[in-house]
Amino acid sequence: MNNNNNTIVDLPDQATARIPQPNFISKENGLMSWLLTGDHKRIAILYLISITFFFFIGGALAGLIRLELLTPQADLMATDTYNKVFTMHGIIMIFLFLVPSVPATLGNFLIPMMIGAKDLALPKVNLLSWYLYMAGGILALYAMMTGGVDTGWTFTTPLSTHYVNTNVITTGFAIFVAGFSSIFTGLNFIVTIHKMRAPGMTWFRLPLFVWAHYAASILMVLGTPVLAIAIVLVMLERAFGIGVFDPAKGGDPLLFQHLFWFYSHPAVYIMILPGMGVISEVISTFSRKRVFGYTAVAFSSVAIAVFGFFVWAHHMFIMGISNYAVLVFSLLTMLVAVPSAIKIFNWAFTLYKGSITFETPMLYAFGFMGLFTIGGMTGVFLGASGTDIHLTETYFIVAHFHFVMVGGMLMAFLAGIHFWWPKITGRMYPEKISQLAAVVTFIGFNLTFFPQFILGVLGMPRRYASYPPEFQVLNVFSTAGATILGVGYLLPVLYLIWSLKYGAIAGNNPWQATGLEWQTQSPPLTENFTVMPVMDHEAYDYEWLESQKAKEVASAG
Amino acid sequence: MSHISPTIWQFLVKWLTNFALFPPEASKIAPQMDALFFFMVLVSLIGLTAVVLLVVSFSILYSKKRHPVAVQIEGSTLLEATWTIIPLGLFMVMFVWGALIYFRVYTPPANAMNIYVVGKQWMWKAEHPGGQHEINSLHVPVGHAVQLTLISEDVFHSFSIPAFRVKREAIPGRYTTVWFEATTPGTYHLFCTQYCGTEHSHMIGDVVVLSEEDYRKWLASSTSGNSLAQNGERLFASLSCAACHNARPDARGPSLANVYGSRLALSTGGTVIADDAYLRESILNPSQHITQGYAPIMPTYQGQVSEEGVIALVEYIRHLDSDYRVQQTTNTTDLLPESEGKAAPAAQAPARNGTVKP
Repeated sequence: MNNNNNTIVDLPDQATARIPQPNFISKENGLMSWLLTGDHKRIAILYLISITFFFFIGGALAGLIRLELLTPQADLMATDTYNKVFTMHGIIMIFLFLVPSVPATLGNFLIPMMIGAKDLALPKVNLLSWYLYMAGGILALYAMMTGGVDTGWTFTTPLSTHYVNTNVITTGFAIFVAGFSSIFTGLNFIVTIHKMRAPGMTWFRLPLFVWAHYAASILMVLGTPVLAIAIVLVMLERAFGIGVFDPAKGGDPLLFQHLFWFYSHPAVYIMILPGMGVISEVISTFSRKRVFGYTAVAFSSVAIAVFGFFVWAHHMFIMGISNYAVLVFSLLTMLVAVPSAIKIFNWAFTLYKGSITFETPMLYAFGFMGLFTIGGMTGVFLGASGTDIHLTETYFIVAHFHFVMVGGMLMAFLAGIHFWWPKITGRMYPEKISQLAAVVTFIGFNLTFFPQFILGVLGMPRRYASYPPEFQVLNVFSTAGATILGVGYLLPVLYLIWSLKYGAIAGNNPWQATGLEWQTQSPPLTENFTVMPVMDHEAYDYEWLESQKAKEVASAG
Repeated sequence: MSHISPTIWQFLVKWLTNFALFPPEASKIAPQMDALFFFMVLVSLIGLTAVVLLVVSFSILYSKKRHPVAVQIEGSTLLEATWTIIPLGLFMVMFVWGALIYFRVYTPPANAMNIYVVGKQWMWKAEHPGGQHEINSLHVPVGHAVQLTLISEDVFHSFSIPAFRVKREAIPGRYTTVWFEATTPGTYHLFCTQYCGTEHSHMIGDVVVLSEEDYRKWLASSTSGNSLAQNGERLFASLSCAACHNARPDARGPSLANVYGSRLALSTGGTVIADDAYLRESILNPSQHITQGYAPIMPTYQGQVSEEGVIALVEYIRHLDSDYRVQQTTNTTDLLPESEGKAAPAAQAPARNGTVKP
């Protein structure tokens, strides 16, 4: 038993410890054993490698954007190039990184283990969704390299259908294909969570990570097809001029806005809910306490998923929709903010009377709580219809969604990657440097995106390659911050790869966490468990964990 | 500071004197919107402080060092109800307050002066009622309610004046409106804020707020001689609209005098208010809107009239309060050879002292 007061990490004796053999990584060798695998853990690793690849492409594009905005003139690149760069940044980051980030990697790896199953319900469909993701991703890269696309990730008609002459159809098709990957992942999770829970694993004993993924999966399955339809209509309109969105033919360009945001607003929750699931696990583990108000946190995920479907028109407040529609959508937007507030306060009170330690995942989780609070509150500025008029379509929007998506989701993703790294690889990451990386990320993030709120209030429009000179000071701050942020993201890649060979052997449960995934070897067996686990306790039951340990000591002694 | 190179020093000075943190408040709605904005900032700061204080103080009080054994707590309905109801209450206040401002921004007063604005890749064209045209600038008087009626010729654009705190999208195929009352003379930024293609970031201009006197001078010096309605009348004549809309007993089209703002009975049995949007639709897409008692014989003018042309026609019809002038126009068209499609020379339909109000 570890008696160090600063950490809960409990590692086996490094002199004698070995990575357990066999495990899901060493069981089979060769490229084909990975490319044709049905193992949810191997597919999760395929996803992890591919989304990291796309993240750094998207990140490099973000770097170009920030460099261009260092000066008021469009001098680093032509405006057309700039437009292509921010379009591809958005498309890659949203469809190829944020949407699959936590669900397809951590969710894929952990959901079967957390509910005590051998695999997802549909392993081949799971592999298919990775191939669809890769097909979509490669197609998007192909479109980018053969001329790019400059519609903005929102594909606003009639700009996308009639006015630009870039690779709209190829890119649209890429998103269409990648969308099916998301639908299949969601479907797989829903079936698995319904049908494959271990004996005793009732709905209210599920880890909150699973609840969050369940809610996100519903959004994926119900929302993504609408995006697919909207994109197909754009492609048809562009190729054949069918006129659905063309006012000259009796169509309506606002219809596209409705269809697009009907998916793309819930998509925000597809991105953030799994991240919230990670935060619940991390905060509970590092404060040695059951999540405060488990039921409220579980249902708030579902509430976000349900309300999330009825707020899409808040993206259209200034587009001339009826004032009364604005009233309804503004009201519903306010309602969707409440479950997020509940979560934040429940997490904060989970710390109350806990026994807290500050390993890297916990630092990222704290970062998430602060930045997501700012991101969420500024969402209310935009949900209130009056202030939305001034703030929408400016850098305030850019800052708001980067606080939620990067400050929230990316922090949660990194928290999760560090937290489950020992489970996935069997080795610990180096603690000190990763704590440093978490702090660097937090500082870099704030310096990058906080000035953008002020720019937005000043009225600086988004998607501008050049801007009036009085906005330069804040833009320089932002670019400087982006540089620091870039370092913060490169560090984990380096030390996590290092740790694959040199990290300390983690043992089954280095964090002394309660989830079923921690009660088996690391890295796990292909079958996950040697015997089917029986869930005879509540989630986050640290007393149960202590009694298990006591039993082990008794039987060993 | 002698070791700093003078170039860098100058650059820094220029930089910091050009440094803005909050936009000017130059319209009547701006202080009202800012009041709500600062209320929200205050609530956010209190909320953020509460979260940070909780996290920091619990982290200190209940660190493993100080508090080695956690006390398991299930939850607390009372506490959870508190942090459900308080945020909900605050959000509702913001919702109502925000909606009040929203309705104010998009409900123009009846006496507002109307300026048409057409957005196209990549410029803003303003059409004043007195016939003044502007590109990428907008001159308005201080202390007068000004309504903008916006439309786009191609893609979505968005007309944004940060100093006024107003913004409205210009959409192809439909009119949108917004209004403001400028309070401080000066020159302010005008941005297109909806991404519209290559030169999006150059679709910017100036909004110039002038004192009453300067505005009158500007109007006088910028006029082209004809009012917008008079331009519309010319177009009305050159398109031979009066061949049918001439208010004669045997006219093939309905009379247009005083039609603006009235309730029309349609052949489908419904009724419609003849506003800008309706008039535009019935010029470009006539077969969709047939006034009761008339045959669907009017051809479409889609592609023949630009959005500015339609605006001029609408403005002409808006100010048409008797049939006299239309009949004058008819007479001049009657003089022309019967060959169709031949536009009447503009000079034959001069508008000097007709019933069109300038």
